[in-house]
Amino acid sequence: MAADQQTLEHVADLERYKHGFVSDIDQEFAPKGLSEATVRFVSAKKGEPEWMLDWRLEAYRRWIELEEPDWARVNFPAIDYQDSYYYAAPKEKAQLGSLDEVDPEILAVYAKLGIPLKEQEVLAGVKGAPRYAVDAVFDSVSVVTTFKKELAEVGVIFCSMSEAIRDHGDLVRQYLGTVVPVSDNYFACLNSAVFSDGSFVYVPPGVRCPMELSTYFRINAAESGQFERTLIIADKGAYVSYLEGCTAPMRDENQLHAAVVELVILDDAEIKYSTVQNWYPGDKDGKGGIYNFVTKRADCRGDRAKVSWTQVETGSAITWKYPSCVLRGEGSSGEFYSIAITNNRQQADTGTKMIHLGANTRSRIISKGISAGRSSNTYRGLVSAHPRAKGARNFTQCDSLLIGKHCAAHTTPYIEARNASAKFEHEATTTRLSDDQLFYAMQRGLSQEEAVQLLVNGFVKDVLQELPMEFAVEAQKLVAISLEGSVG
Amino acid sequence: MLSIKNLHVSVDAKPILTGLSLDVPAGQVHAVMGPNGAGKSTLSYALAGRPGYDVTSGSATLDGVDLLGLDPSERAAKGVFLSFQYPIEIPGVPALTFLRTALNAQRRARDEAEISAPDFLRLVRVKAAALKMDFDMLKRALNVGFSGGEKKRMEILQMSVLAPKLAILDETDSGLDIDALRIVAEGVNAMRAPDRSMLVITHYQRLLDHIRPDRVHVLAAGRIVASGGPELALELEAAGYDRYASAA
Repeated sequence: MAADQQTLEHVADLERYKHGFVSDIDQEFAPKGLSEATVRFVSAKKGEPEWMLDWRLEAYRRWIELEEPDWARVNFPAIDYQDSYYYAAPKEKAQLGSLDEVDPEILAVYAKLGIPLKEQEVLAGVKGAPRYAVDAVFDSVSVVTTFKKELAEVGVIFCSMSEAIRDHGDLVRQYLGTVVPVSDNYFACLNSAVFSDGSFVYVPPGVRCPMELSTYFRINAAESGQFERTLIIADKGAYVSYLEGCTAPMRDENQLHAAVVELVILDDAEIKYSTVQNWYPGDKDGKGGIYNFVTKRADCRGDRAKVSWTQVETGSAITWKYPSCVLRGEGSSGEFYSIAITNNRQQADTGTKMIHLGANTRSRIISKGISAGRSSNTYRGLVSAHPRAKGARNFTQCDSLLIGKHCAAHTTPYIEARNASAKFEHEATTTRLSDDQLFYAMQRGLSQEEAVQLLVNGFVKDVLQELPMEFAVEAQKLVAISLEGSVG
Repeated sequence: MLSIKNLHVSVDAKPILTGLSLDVPAGQVHAVMGPNGAGKSTLSYALAGRPGYDVTSGSATLDGVDLLGLDPSERAAKGVFLSFQYPIEIPGVPALTFLRTALNAQRRARDEAEISAPDFLRLVRVKAAALKMDFDMLKRALNVGFSGGEKKRMEILQMSVLAPKLAILDETDSGLDIDALRIVAEGVNAMRAPDRSMLVITHYQRLLDHIRPDRVHVLAAGRIVASGGPELALELEAAGYDRYASAA
């Protein structure tokens, strides 16, 4: 109730896309375009070991052989991969030791975004509020990671991917690319060649990570793409909750974001991964915005491993994203909770894959799609049970809400049961935000905008409650902003 | 006081109300009765401002404020409340959340301070108890899975929390058994107040056994064709609407 209320109270103060500002920061770029030289440039900039460079070059060679996929229900002009910068980093900071060394301009950006980068500020926050550690990725590099020391005391490694490659090379080598192989798909392959930064997390056996971890991605530079790579490993019996957030300036040209996230979950371990995606969606006529082509996958490698993906997708011009769970370990389980909102000319093709390989594996999918304006919103999901996955169970619920008369919602579930003992359930509904409901709420005194927000918040409630509390409030506000002006 | 003058309302370009005039002074309860299709629900929707109910001429004012130029939420803030014949289900939104959001939206529109959570809960507890409603029901999504009687009680609860200047009860008795009818009627009677006008729209006389109106009006073919005291309702019950249908 408090959260609903807060949405209504705050929304009036907020602009439609409040993160659209550009910061003037002195940056250096790789030469425009993509070639073997670009790959070498990125690797050299990061001072990477030989094995990492070889890995990237291998990916690049495979990528040039691949073709961009065209099966998703999204339309966009051909991307000129040579007309973009693949590396953009704030100058004068080869290696940052502490916050004092970060460019104050960059700190100002995060302050403006409301991301706490000073540990004492987090500590001085609301009494009793849970603390969370932040890795801040600005264009191609991580600028700061907080609470590293405190986390290290319990053995948790939380750092940028660049740092992990340098300082925890063995762990990175052991796991990188084992969940999403180099040539898994076109965009993942591109990422493997030129990925710049991202977060690395390792939680040792039996450790429950003492705070929420989060990474905040910010694209700032023009004509550049962001290619982050995240790798999270929960060793036996470990637990970690992780959240990623992202924003970008409002620009007229489209910018590419092709990320890869790999999660490895061993015996009895659990990862809870939440995303609040708020990339710039383009203007109301569909000009500009981020192309968000992301590969996210979790591998429940151990028995009784657990993973849950929760995503709130409100931004991007185009979203192409299917956070998936490979349920390999016996009795492992995967969950996917999604809110995908499209307005104006946005296009989203998103969903999940639940691959049941082990016996008695369980999965659950709750997807809430909301389409408004002239947008298109597709749920695409695969649930499959392999012959050895005896007793596999899945429950899927896909609900679509249409606002207005010019939007579209599509649901494309794929179900493959190669095992007679598998039990899959699928429920789907499509409803229009009804005039009856709007009138009823307005008759009680709610303005049209307030009425839409309240009704939509009701629709997505099952998913919002999966988010960590402080982010649920944030997400709820986002939902409201994304749908402003969608009725009437 | 509600004052309606020569109101004409069309739905899908078809005239439904054709020159309806009616005054309900503050402190009074008036009943509007009439046969099916006479325009009873159109009257309530037109007063509440439902889109699609086009006022082609005439006026409707509440305490001198022109209602017809306002959108539904503005009318609500000015004190118009409609108890729906078929209350709408709002999935995922607890009744308490809905009601507090509505109350505060009205208060903001009137430049009044919002009600605090504890004060709101105290207020609702008292009102719910008076209507013999289980408070836990208010934590459930509004009207979802409620019985017909529960929905109507929820309407009356909302009315009593929002404390309107004009309460319109559209076929509140439909779908109620005799016990629920009595409880709802008691709730309505408890809301009689010197500064409040109430308009009870009903097909049957039985509700008026419990809510005694000051005046009864007969609506037929889009206009008020007869008005009288409470005895007019009994007469209608005995003789039916035929006389008026043919008169119109």
